[in-house]
Amino acid sequence: MSIMPIFDADKCDGCGLCVTVCRCGALAMAGNTVTVIEVANCGWCTDCELVCATGALQCPFEIVSIESVA
Amino acid sequence: MTFHNGQCVGIILISFLSLQFDMTITTDNLGKLRYFAGLEPVQLTGLPQLFSERTFLKGQTIISEGDYDDNLHFVISGVVKVFKTSTEGKEQIIKLVRPGASFNDIAVFSSGPCPWSAQALGSTITCLINKKDLLPVMKNNWLVALNVITALAEQSRILLTLIADLSFKNVTGRVAKILLENSSPRPDGFPRLTQYEMAAMAGTAREVVGRSLKALEEGGAIKLERHRIVIADKEYLKQLAGFD
Repeated sequence: MSIMPIFDADKCDGCGLCVTVCRCGALAMAGNTVTVIEVANCGWCTDCELVCATGALQCPFEIVSIESVA
Repeated sequence: MTFHNGQCVGIILISFLSLQFDMTITTDNLGKLRYFAGLEPVQLTGLPQLFSERTFLKGQTIISEGDYDDNLHFVISGVVKVFKTSTEGKEQIIKLVRPGASFNDIAVFSSGPCPWSAQALGSTITCLINKKDLLPVMKNNWLVALNVITALAEQSRILLTLIADLSFKNVTGRVAKILLENSSPRPDGFPRLTQYEMAAMAGTAREVVGRSLKALEEGGAIKLERHRIVIADKEYLKQLAGFD
């Protein structure tokens, strides 16, 4: 299962900006809100988080040292 | 005001999760809290009854700036974000409170309103003790009083460091410091931070954090791997952060 941006439907105002900036088709409108589709090629560009005015989309990073992923 | 069924279920669920649970407050886990470190088990006897436990969902507000709350809160599990919000809605994260540490100390000991807000960064369990129950414990045990003084002094140091960082360090240096202080020894470590949260910690805009991360990557200090920031050159990052 691929990790995808975190979506909070309660905060979404249905503006659809995130869908327009998504480069990989991971976001789509479903009525007046957004749905996140699990795709393999989401590059974590974080543009959806950037354009979301209500904070409904989050792209968190884990921060690790190189030794722990080697 | 009327609520739809779904809203009612949500409100009931949040209220239920914020209610008191006294399942995990034991002398064992009280001994792991900052204020009670170094106490003998026998000295902790009777303390659990003074605490109540609360569970919060990710994003749930625990304390709002300006509230009057004379409870001292401790994090049992999860992470709590302590922050101030400007009149324009800009957020400045003061600190992240991890298991064992406390928050709301200033409001409890200065008897004023809460100077900042607290929010659960993920699913979080806290326990709290009221000021009227805490003060006799401090009065009867000098070690608890000393721990409180030490914790408050450490908080003063954090605030002074934050003032110095905001005044004297450039943004890339502040971002480097945030990465070092929030890196996990294991890949599934916690917390995960968004660029908005890093910006709020660094006292800058999200876009500036994005540029700083790119600059750090170009300089070889970090590698950006999808949802992961890998610290590739810790010594260089320390140098940028101004660590000795």
